[in-house]
Parts: sequence; structure tokens; C-alpha cells
Amino acid sequence: MTTYIIRRILQMILVLFIVTILVFVAMRLLPGDPILMFLTQENAESITQEEIAKIRHELGLDRSMLVQYFDWIGHVITGDLGKSIINHYDIADEVKYRMPISLHLGALAFMISIIIGIPLGVIAAIRRATWTDDVLTSLGNLGITIPTFWLGILFIYAFGLKLNLLPIFGYTSPFEDFWRNSQEIILPVFCLAVPAIASAVRLTRSSMLEVMRQDYVRTAWSKGLRERRVVMKHALKNGLIPVITLKGISLAHIVGGSVLIETVFSIPGMGRLAVDGLFAHDYSVVQATVLIVAVVVLASNMLIDLSYGWLDPRIRYH
Amino acid sequence: MNTTIQTTNIMEVPNRVSPLRRFFRVFLGRKVVVFGTLVILGFAVCAAFSEWIAPYPPNYQDFNAILLQPAPEHLLGTDSLGRDTLSRIIFGSRTAIMVGVVALSIAAGIGMTLGITAGYFGGMTYAVIMRIIDAFMAFPALLIALTVAALLGGGILNVMIALGIGMMPGFARVMCGQALSIRENDYVLAGRSLGGSNIHIMFRHVLPNCFPPMIVMMTMMIGTTILAEAGLSFLGIGVDLGVATWGGMVNEGYPYLLQNPILSFAPGFSIMVVVFAFNMVGDGIRDAIDPRLRGTF
Repeated sequence: MTTYIIRRILQMILVLFIVTILVFVAMRLLPGDPILMFLTQENAESITQEEIAKIRHELGLDRSMLVQYFDWIGHVITGDLGKSIINHYDIADEVKYRMPISLHLGALAFMISIIIGIPLGVIAAIRRATWTDDVLTSLGNLGITIPTFWLGILFIYAFGLKLNLLPIFGYTSPFEDFWRNSQEIILPVFCLAVPAIASAVRLTRSSMLEVMRQDYVRTAWSKGLRERRVVMKHALKNGLIPVITLKGISLAHIVGGSVLIETVFSIPGMGRLAVDGLFAHDYSVVQATVLIVAVVVLASNMLIDLSYGWLDPRIRYH
Repeated sequence: MNTTIQTTNIMEVPNRVSPLRRFFRVFLGRKVVVFGTLVILGFAVCAAFSEWIAPYPPNYQDFNAILLQPAPEHLLGTDSLGRDTLSRIIFGSRTAIMVGVVALSIAAGIGMTLGITAGYFGGMTYAVIMRIIDAFMAFPALLIALTVAALLGGGILNVMIALGIGMMPGFARVMCGQALSIRENDYVLAGRSLGGSNIHIMFRHVLPNCFPPMIVMMTMMIGTTILAEAGLSFLGIGVDLGVATWGGMVNEGYPYLLQNPILSFAPGFSIMVVVFAFNMVGDGIRDAIDPRLRGTF
């Protein structure tokens, strides 16, 4: 098990290194010189070439790519994400403010998708070919189909504008006003969770159907064990392995979906920060957000991989 | 045990049907798959003949008919610029299907090439390619597509490339797994001992045997690609302004949600129906090609 963990961590560091290179190169390839954009926004056309060169030098954008890369990495490792080229705010501070918001929504959506999705998938599998199964399967198919941003708009229309039940935009810190916060996050969290719930139902169902055909499940039945025990103990634990792999992928989907949902509900999270940065050609902001997103996804995928070891002892020896 | 095997063999021989017929029998056996096929055909016709089917040109602005409710002249009403919503949805189907199919082909093309190379050669090649794919997988596909779209600038072709790159890692993963197992087969060894070059073995022996799951994956992913395109155009990154896209229409209608909700509702509904249809057809193709693949995608 220890070797397995160490190998996974080394692998993750390698992948992380490639991630940083990808992010760095992509950002340098982006069109639109941020300095020129910054100048046209800030002051007049009277600026000279020398002054442009001076600002470029101050921001360190005139050095070689390699130097810029290592300089950037050095700062990132020490927690310094640089300053926004356009608005001059400190990105680390901005991330510290926005990250908890996105994590709050994402983690809730992720947990809800597990708590609701897996049991529903199990029910669909053990009640195979009944109306319960039909309803759950259809809902599952619909759930992976519906555009989340559109679902958000439907909810805003129904619960916000027509029924006046819930606020339709914004985010208040739960420490400031817990009740208000709970009301505000219901709709966005549910929107984020829908596709994840649906894919969990679909995969749990098919994985359980597969496992229920195995010899050891038949043995369990023939020993005269009760249904609950056969399903929960013998089938579910094995049936969960592919589902957990999928949860790793759906985590990335939730993070991706938050870009859309944060836009729909005007929530100041990481997704919105990335989109705003992209629109403004603000290299450093996009670079930082994309990198952080990747690190979060990688780290959680690694935790998921490690949980295999617990679920499936065979993996420990590989 | 022996007897049962023999009887099944005897039973099967006279009943053997052509693989194509069996494919269609399974494929058309489920109502929802037939429904999906019809929906896709319907939208394909809309996409191909938009000019003839749509009652108005997509960008025709009638300033006397702004934010109209559904009425006989404008079945789905008009937007804030007096454009006919139904016509824009019909023209939007062209964008959606074109972007979906082309982006998917790009994703499958790059992904499968990388995957088969990694899986076939193994060793260092495998390690390098797959670690890069791992790195790509750490970014949500939408975020990759967003960045690439920003990098390349707008335009329908660039959106296709951006989505193609965003969706590519999944194909590489699955293809690599396939190639890894298929290269162990005896026919690959036979091909090699007959002096076949790597390229020859890869494309003549390994690739065709990887096809069934890849075809299933492609059909299953068209819907996802259309959904991602809708997301991009909803954010306003992507296809040029003026070109009707469903995601863009949802976004344009959003500010008028109270006055004229159908502006956002109708295009979003189209996205859902088309994606649903593609997913169901994907399911149908999977069951018909190889039921064992059920649950792998």
C-alpha cells in the first residue's frame, strides 16, 4: 500500500509539472498584449514606446520564456500568485476570497450527488425492469442531457421570479448570514448536482446489475442471506469501484459547470474569475485560476484513487 | 456441460441472421431509440434546409415586432432586436450539429491517434503520452475549450478546434486501454512475424479491432459536445456574433426572462432534446454493437 501511495504521489507531481507547463505556454500564446490593453484603459494614447518598454520590464514580461516560467513557478510555490495585470489586485487575496465560495458550492453538489445518486442507482438495479427502474433511468438520462445553465434559468424563473421563494443571484458568506446563504445556494448547488446525480444513478445501476450476476452474489443468495445483506455487503462494495472512478471525472465536471452556474447566478467564485480574466486578457489571473482548478482536481482524483485501495484489496499489490 | 454447448450450437446455426439485420433489430427494438433517431433526422433536415424551412432569415430585424409573444406570424415570438425566435432556432440547429460533429471528429482523430500510439508502443512512449493526457484531464473540458477559444479567437472553426481539444483526452484514454489489450492478441504477433511494419500493424490489425467501443464512445459524446458548445456560446465565447447559436440565444433572452421567457426557454429546450436524442441513439448503437459495453460509458 505504501509503495502504491508513494508511486501515485510521484506520478501526481509529474502530472502537476506538465500542467504548469501547459498553463504557462497557453497563457503566453493568448492574443492581445495585456500591456496595450492596460494602457488604453488607463491613460491616453500619448504614451511612448520607451514607456511601454519600461512597464513591460517592470512586469518582467521582457525576459526569456524559460526565466519567466521558473520565476512564476518559484512564486507560485511560495503562495505568491502575482498581481492582476489589468486591475492590480493581489491574485492570492482574490483567490482566498473566492476559493471558499466555489469549494462550498462544489463540495455540497458533490456530496449531494453521492448521497442521492448512488442509492437511487442501487434501487433502480435491484428493482430492474419495474416502473421504479424506468422512472429512475429516464430521469438519469434526462439529467445528463439538460444544459445546467438553462436549468438555472428555469429555476430562477420558477422559484425566484414567479414564486418569489428564493433569491436569484449573489452570495452571502454563511458566517455573516447563514439563513440568507442557505437560501442563496440552494438553486446553484442543485443545478451543479443534477448532472452528477444523473451520471451516478446511471453508472451505479449498470455496475450493480453487472455485479449482481457474479458467482459470489449467487453464493450469498444461496446461503440464505437477506436481500439487504446481499445487496449492501456483497454487491455494493464491488459495484462501487467503477462509480468511484466516475466520481473523479464528475468532480472535474462540477468544477467546469461552476463556470456556467456562477455566471448564471452572479456568484463571485473561481469559475467567474477565470471567465472574467479570459475576457480581459488578464494572463496572470487566468493562469492562477486554471492552475488552482487543476491542482484541486488532481488532488481529489488522487484521494479517490487511494480509496480504491480500501475498497478493492487487489489494487494494493499492483 | 458438453451436451448443452452442443445443443446451443445446433440451435443457433439455422437461426443465424446477418449481422446488419441483427444490428437493426436490436437498435430499433427500443422505442426511445427510434424516437431519438427521428429527432436527429428532423434536426438534420432543419440544419440542411434552414433557408427553406425557417419562416424568416436568422438576422432579419423587424423593429415593429420587438419582444413579441408567440403569435401566428411568429410562432415562438421575437427577441429584443425583432428577430424571429423559431427561425433562429432552426438556423441554430445547423451550428449545433455542425460544431458537434466536426469538434467530435477532431477530438476522436487526435485522441485516438495519441491513444493507439501510446497503447501500441508502450514503455516510454506510453508514459510520456499518458502523463500529458493526465495533465489535460486535470482541467475541466469546458475550461480547456474556453482557453483555447480565447487563444484562437472567435469563429466557428476555432470553436470546433477548441472543443475538439477539450474533448480529446477521453478518447485517448479509452483508445489506449483498447490498444494495450489488443496488441497482446495472436494476430498482432502473426502480423509482426510476417514482417509487418508498426504502422501497418497499428492501422490494419489494432485499429479495426478497437473500433466497436470507439464508435459507441463517439455517438455517446456527440451530445456532450453539443452541450459544451452551448455552454461556450452561452458565455459569449465562440461562434461569431450574429450567427444563431442555441446557447447564445439562451443568454440573449435571459435579461427578458420576465417579459418573454420563451426567448430563453425555447433554445434551451432544443439543446436538451437534441442532446437527449443523441444519447439515446448512442445507447441503442452500443446495445446493438456489443451489449457487453453497457455501463462502460
